[in-house]
Amino acid sequence: MSTSERTTARVLASEIRSGARSARTVLEEHLAAIDAREHEINAFNLVLADEARIVADAIDARVAAGEDPGPLAGVPVALKDNMCTRGVPTTCSSRILEGWRPPYDATVVERLVAAGAVVVGKTNLDEFAMGSSTENSAFGVTRNPLDPTKVPGGSSGGSAAAVAAGFTPLALGSDTGGSIRQPAALCGVVGVKPTYGAVSRYGLVAFASSLDQIGPFSRTVADSALMLEVIGGHDRRDSTSVPGPAADLSSVLDHGVEGLRIGIIEELSGDGLEGVADDVRARLHEAVVALEAAGATVASTSVPSTVYGLSAYYVVAPAEASSNLARYDGVRFGLRVDAPNAGDMNSATRTAGFGDEVKRRIMLGTYALSAGYYDAYYGKSQKVRTLILEDFARAYGEFDLLLSPTAPTTAFPIGEKTADPMTMYLNDVCTIPSNLAGHPAMSVPFGVGEDGMPVGVQVLAPASGEPTMFRAAKVLEAAAPDGHPAVGGKMAGSPAGVRHE
Amino acid sequence: MTDRISKEDVAHVADLARLTLTDEELDAFTGQLADVLDHAADLEALDLADVEPMTHPLPMRNVLRPDVVGETSDRAEVLACAPSVEDEQFRVPPVLGESP
Repeated sequence: MSTSERTTARVLASEIRSGARSARTVLEEHLAAIDAREHEINAFNLVLADEARIVADAIDARVAAGEDPGPLAGVPVALKDNMCTRGVPTTCSSRILEGWRPPYDATVVERLVAAGAVVVGKTNLDEFAMGSSTENSAFGVTRNPLDPTKVPGGSSGGSAAAVAAGFTPLALGSDTGGSIRQPAALCGVVGVKPTYGAVSRYGLVAFASSLDQIGPFSRTVADSALMLEVIGGHDRRDSTSVPGPAADLSSVLDHGVEGLRIGIIEELSGDGLEGVADDVRARLHEAVVALEAAGATVASTSVPSTVYGLSAYYVVAPAEASSNLARYDGVRFGLRVDAPNAGDMNSATRTAGFGDEVKRRIMLGTYALSAGYYDAYYGKSQKVRTLILEDFARAYGEFDLLLSPTAPTTAFPIGEKTADPMTMYLNDVCTIPSNLAGHPAMSVPFGVGEDGMPVGVQVLAPASGEPTMFRAAKVLEAAAPDGHPAVGGKMAGSPAGVRHE
Repeated sequence: MTDRISKEDVAHVADLARLTLTDEELDAFTGQLADVLDHAADLEALDLADVEPMTHPLPMRNVLRPDVVGETSDRAEVLACAPSVEDEQFRVPPVLGESP
């Protein structure tokens, strides 16, 4: 493994800005890492090697001319393939978008490029971000770099795997019910779902619009903070965008947790029907000890309505998806399967273009919104969101942050849960409540389970609570028992030559 | 699997959603959708009569901008994404009747 693969985005950008290393050299090292293992991992739907070389050379030319290309100068990044890239195929890992090249860039892509980042590829996902294992892709399964017989989690499994495998130090994912945090946990990397509206959704292909949010993957907490500072902040092209600039996270990262009150969510940390594996709970308890040792006060607390989160989510998200995905009709973009009349063409196109999980959710959502069932399902679920919001508000009256496992288990074998959708959905039980409430939450790697695979601890915060959330994440990162499993060594005090700030 | 949703219901929503299912798919999807709806049955026990549905995660107000023409997509670029176009319009098979 080259030094570059183990180096953080912060170090890379600072070396490239100062001229100590060239963006082109850094890029070639990462492309070599991709060449070596991508055939096995399948993290990418598309690698943009030639395009990236042109961008990297331009960054080097700017540095040579005395310019500053920005805070991510020359840093290779990967984008989940549901973010629009002008002129570059954007598939959502679905046949139905076959051949589509978006005529515009997503806001996050514009901001990354403006900050000097080098886009190296588009990553695999569960089709339209619907799934928890990246097995629902039209372009094949992505494998977990730490054990290729296991799933990387999902739906942003390609982005998580790319970062865990050292293909890029940073990647973007999207999180509707846990699709950044759960794969981050299963691959042993950091993953952040920001506050709803903190990052523009312009150019993110819509799944469930009231829940979707873009966020970073990285190998260190500080790198996720940096990436979030670059992509966050108001965007007039997203009407749900929160006014004001992105929160300053870098300057508070090392402020510690002295005096903070942190609550463990009982309902998401127990061992009931939808309970959490023993080894995951053991790591959570060690995380609590670490936070207490750093000066925080930690106590158990009840957020009772979170137990209804899964049910409410699997009504609300499919309902919104059934509406959002009505646009794929074979008329304006992507696949068309010809038929003698327009209605048959619509049906033939959608039947051929969508995979089973997408069809399942479209039908579930159509049913939940149909006459006679709207109040029983959708109406009730939206009320449950109010209950969850109120319960969180009560908990945050007492605590600054909340804590839970990110996922109930470590990475499971490929194929184990594909036959039973409901079992697969249970993966999201700990992550869903934050989406329903619009709150930020992040997963931090914290040791490994009995199988040697990474465990993630989830830090939850109230709306716009990212600065405090990142402080706790930084403390957990420093205290993590096995350091950073994804890059094969401890980040802190590493004997293996890992470079960090 | 329960009788929470019938095969006829699933066939109906598939038709509404413009999806064509084989008999095998209809059987499989009916069971799977029933499982999810069974799980969602825990919501039935909740008394939500006095709870307001949440319409947006954060308190927000209407976002308005001056009514002036801003940047728009390029027509040729947008049309280039379509499977079939004619005279700067999207071309589709006949909506009424069938093509010869």
